[in-house]
Formats: sequence, C-alpha cells, structure tokens
Amino acid sequence: MHQTIIGQSNPIAIMFFVVFVVITLGITWWAAKRTRTTKDFYAAGRSITGFQNGLALAGDYMSAASFLGIAGLVSTKGYDGLIYSVGWLVGWPIVMFLISEPLRNLGKYTFADVVAFRLQQRPIRAAAAAGSLVVVLTYLIAQMVGAGTLIKLMFGLPFELAIVVTGALMISYVLFGGMIATTWVQIIKAVLLLGGATLLVIMTLAQFGFSYAELFNKAAAATPLGQKFLEPGGLVTSPIDAFSLGLALMFGTAGLPHILMRFYTVPDAKAARKSVFVATGFIGYFYILTVTIGFGAAVLVGQKVIMGIDKGGNMAGPLLAEVLGGNIFLGFLSAVAFATILAVVSGLTLAGASALSHDLYVGVIRRGVANEKEEVKVAKIATVGLGICAILLGILFKGQNVAFLVGLTFAIAASANFPALLMSIMWKKFTTYGAVTSIYTGLTVAVVLLILSPTVWIDIVHKDDVAKVTAQIKEIDTAAGSVDAQIADLQKQMVSDDAIAKLKKNEKVAAEKKNAGIQASVTAKAAEKDALAAKKKEAGAAMPKAIFPLKNPGIYSMAAAFLIGILVSLMKPEKEAQEKFDAEKVREYVGIGAE
Amino acid sequence: MSKLIKKEDILSDPDFIKLSSQKDTISIILTILELVLYFGFISLIAYNKPFLAQKMSEGDAATIGIPIAVGTIVLSWVLTGIYIWWANTKYDDMVKRIVDKVGG
Repeated sequence: MHQTIIGQSNPIAIMFFVVFVVITLGITWWAAKRTRTTKDFYAAGRSITGFQNGLALAGDYMSAASFLGIAGLVSTKGYDGLIYSVGWLVGWPIVMFLISEPLRNLGKYTFADVVAFRLQQRPIRAAAAAGSLVVVLTYLIAQMVGAGTLIKLMFGLPFELAIVVTGALMISYVLFGGMIATTWVQIIKAVLLLGGATLLVIMTLAQFGFSYAELFNKAAAATPLGQKFLEPGGLVTSPIDAFSLGLALMFGTAGLPHILMRFYTVPDAKAARKSVFVATGFIGYFYILTVTIGFGAAVLVGQKVIMGIDKGGNMAGPLLAEVLGGNIFLGFLSAVAFATILAVVSGLTLAGASALSHDLYVGVIRRGVANEKEEVKVAKIATVGLGICAILLGILFKGQNVAFLVGLTFAIAASANFPALLMSIMWKKFTTYGAVTSIYTGLTVAVVLLILSPTVWIDIVHKDDVAKVTAQIKEIDTAAGSVDAQIADLQKQMVSDDAIAKLKKNEKVAAEKKNAGIQASVTAKAAEKDALAAKKKEAGAAMPKAIFPLKNPGIYSMAAAFLIGILVSLMKPEKEAQEKFDAEKVREYVGIGAE
Repeated sequence: MSKLIKKEDILSDPDFIKLSSQKDTISIILTILELVLYFGFISLIAYNKPFLAQKMSEGDAATIGIPIAVGTIVLSWVLTGIYIWWANTKYDDMVKRIVDKVGG
C-alpha cells in the first residue's frame, strides 16, 4: 500500500509556497506604485489585455474546491464526478452571449453601475451591494474553511494559522496592489495550476501508454463499482433537483460579483468578449484534466488510500502527484493549491470592498459625491475590514460542513444578481422598484429555501435527530435480524415431512407433537418480528423531513426574482427610466460613451 | 455630451436597427443552443441512464457517456468561438460604420 507523507509538515511544499509568496508580494509592491486612482484600484487602469483577462478570469474562478474536490469526486464516484464538472463550465457561454459586452459598455466598476444606469441610484446600489456582499461573504467562508482544512492536510500547519496566513496575504495583495496585483496573482495562479495539472495528466497517461481506453479499462477493474464506475449513478436521482442545481450553476456564474468586476479591467467590449472565450477554453480544458486526474488516482493510488486520508477524496490529486513525481511534485502541487485559494479569495475581497465603497459608501451614503482619494481610502478600509471578517468567520466555522455554502453562493448569484442585471440591460420597462424587489426577493427566497432544504434542514439543523433515528432503526434491524435467525434455527429443528413419513406410528406422534411445539414458538417469534416492524415504522416516522424538497433552490428563487421584477415593473411604470433606455441602448451596442 | 444629442438619430438609423436586432438574435440563438446542450445532457442522465451506460466498443470499459460529457464542455467553448467569430467579422464592422457616422 502507498505510504504518504500527506498530513505531515512538508518542507518542499513550504519552500515552493514561499517562492510564490515572494514573487507575488514583489508584484504587489510594483503594483502599489501604480495604484492611485479608483480606476487603478478597482479596474487595473483598464490596462489588462483580453488574453490576460481570460487567464485572470480562469484564475479567479477555478477554486481549490474544484481542483481538489472534482478530482476527488471522480476518483471516488467515477462518472458522477464528471457530471458535476460539466456544470461548472456551462455558465461561461451565458456570460459571453448576454452579459460581458453590455456590462463593459455600460458600467464602471461594479455590476450595480449597470443596473443603476437609468434607474434611481441609491435604492439600486443598496440592493445590489446587499446581493454582492452576501455572495462574497458566503463564498469567502466556504473558501476560508476549505483553505484551513486543505492547508492543514498538505502543509501540516494548524488550521487557525493557515487561515491567518491566507487572510494576511489576501489583505496585502488587495490593500496595496488593488486590481493590478490581484490580476497578476490570478494570472500566475492560472498558469501554475494549468501547467501543474497538465504535467500530472501527462505523467498519468504515460502509465497507460497514452491510451484513454486503457485508463478507463483499468479504472473499471480497479474499483469495487466495476463497470458501474463509468456509468451515471446516484448523483442525479430526481430530475427537477438536477435542473435546479444546473440553473443555479449556469446563471450563478453570470451573477458572481468578483467575475463580473473583471470585465472592467479591459479597455473595451471587444477585449471583454475575447477574455470570456479565453477563460472558457482554459476552464473547460482544466475540468477535462481534473477528470483525468480523478480516474488516474482511482487506479494508481486506489480508493482505499484516497479515502483513508480524507473521506471526501480531496487528496486524490496530491496523492497521485506523490505516487508519480515523489515528494517534490507533491510539494509543488500543494503550493499551487495554496496559490489557487489565495487568487480566489483576493478576487472576492476586492469585489466585496468595491461593493462597500463604490456602491454603499459613495453611491448610497454620499449620494454619488466623493473624490477619488476618499473613495480609494474607503475601499482600502473595507478591504481590511472584510479580510479580518473572513479570517474570523473562517475560524468560527472550523469543522463545520460548509459545502452547502458553495451551492448557496451560486443560487443567490443566479437569483439576486443575474435577473436584475439581465432585465436592466434588455428590458425597457424595467423600473427601480422592479429591480429592488427582484434583488431582495431572489436573495430572501434563495436563503430561506436553502435553509428548509435537505442540504441544511436535514444534514445540518437536524443532524443529531437524523443520527438518533438512524441508530434506532439500526438497532431494530439488528433485533429483527436476530429474531430471523432464531426462527431459522427453530425451523431447522423441525422434523421434515419426509422423515415423518418414514417413522413408526408412536414416533410419528411424538415428532408431530414436537413440530407443533416448535411451530408455536415460531408463531410467537413472528409476532415479535411484526412488533419490531411496527416499531421501526414508528421510529422512521420521527425521521426529520425537509420542508422544501430540493437540494438547491435555484429554480424557484430565480423564477421568483424574475416574476416579481416583471410584475412590479408593470404595475408602476417609470417614465424617466424608459426615456433613458435609448441612451443606454446606444452605449450598450456601440460603446459610445463607455468608460 | 454632444454625442448623446445625436442619440435620436442613431436609434432610428437603419444600420443601428440592423446591428441591434442581429446582435440580439445571435445572442438569443446561442443562449438557447447552450441551454439545450446542457439541459439535454442533464435530461439524458435523469431519464435515459442506459443510453449513457452503453459501451463505446466491445471489450473496452469506456462508456458513451464519457465523450458526451466531455463533448458538452468542448461544444460550450465552440459556441463562444462562434460568437467571437461573428462579432469580430460582422459586428465590429457595423459598430465602426455607426461610430464613423456619428463622428467618433
């Protein structure tokens, strides 16, 4: 069996990581000298090229959860993990077709700029900032807790220290280097992650004579599931559940504030669309690599070892690297995973800071009047505040099951942010009240339904009850099993009809009498069994049930946000907003007047 | 603000009407194609698992479901490529013509 050093302090990993930190802090120092105005701080002076932004978008989006999590899911669940990976890509074409160019042409720094373009600034900015901040905070908690757990596994650092290091670096990048430093951290991370994953895949395929057919044959042979490992299994049981999650993933991507914000870093709409094409290509390529890594790990590392280190399979990729490239490759990949986390949390922090300063402080509190210096200062204070918040929340949620937060993030982004953004771009009759009610409806419905869903209501809120009932049922089952065994034992003691036929008359009577006695015991035992079955049913009735049946609320919360937005807009038309739509349209399609 | 004054003219300009309606059509068609692609894949998983579980060739373990899943990823990217191709060859020219008309 494979001996791993995962879980112990790993000097090679720490060395690679220190190199990454030194380089990125150097870039931050360089970027700090170029970060003066709001345009520099939020949008890197709009100096990033389409290709660079494509890489940065990929670096912003590909989280450690998708790198380690999807490889792990594939290595333990096979084809079902592959299904999951597809969902993470399909939002990108939607971003390109519906969002990227209008967003770039109409806005300045945040997506609230676009929604507020022809509507009343203050209520829209307050609502959009709320939507952004909830998305940023839920995603940050998920990332921070994941970071602490993963870094503890890969570097042997204590959980709290890992979170403080992550938080401190993230604050440094954003605080001093703003969007310029964040962009380059994301670009370097994307190159390292894509390069590392490519190398790992090449080394994996070399073990199979560069034949995918061979890899899959071995994968089916190496796992207990066998051929079923390569077939869709239990992940999608209810179609509506699958559609709901699919909708949230697809349209949530188009509503993530840290992704949307990146489109303001390029000079024009043409570069914005190019960056989506580049990002989609790299992200798609990355998921295909990740899936290969998962299948490779199932064969070359083995499910037993993978799940022995981490039940969720998160260490499948690093373990594979260790098997194929030894301690050095493991150290490199661990450092890349750390860099991956840093790039994502930096993007999130910057998006949160811009919602706080650009939308809430300047847009709402100062009613749009604030000078550059003041706005940058507030953004920097917001960065530190958010960073400290993220560190504290990460430590507070230690050991909690935070997987649901990722689903929640996408559901809120798809329900609170995306509908308002799309309708403000496309629909002339959209009004301020329509937008505000749509955002708050999407936000509330997504959060409330998720709390009532099996994901939270059963797996978290009533976890203890579920465990209690499950234990009770198990106990009853064991009892029923032993009654069954007793019945079987008794039946064995019975004299068979054939044997009776061969017996002499007086022996026959005795045997029949014995059988009758045993039969009575069996009947008594059967009654005992019935009683147990009734007890099991009773215990089962106490099992907590989710109030809302779906695991992800996306389908309902998105529909509610669109419906409310449309109804409220139609009920009370806003003349001024309709008049301004003409100017919006020219700027949206032609780019005249774009920042 | 001189450009905004001319916005009335741009909006009724036949070139602009053509541009905006073509762009809307392309965006909506491609969005629908992407929805059909992804939710078609999800529907196969939900309603026809045996189809995806078919083996690609006799003697090999790989199932049809694997290239279909990877194909969904690749085709999504191809759709963004189609949009880029259209925008770079047609859309940008139309935009330039209108910008020239307005005088920058």
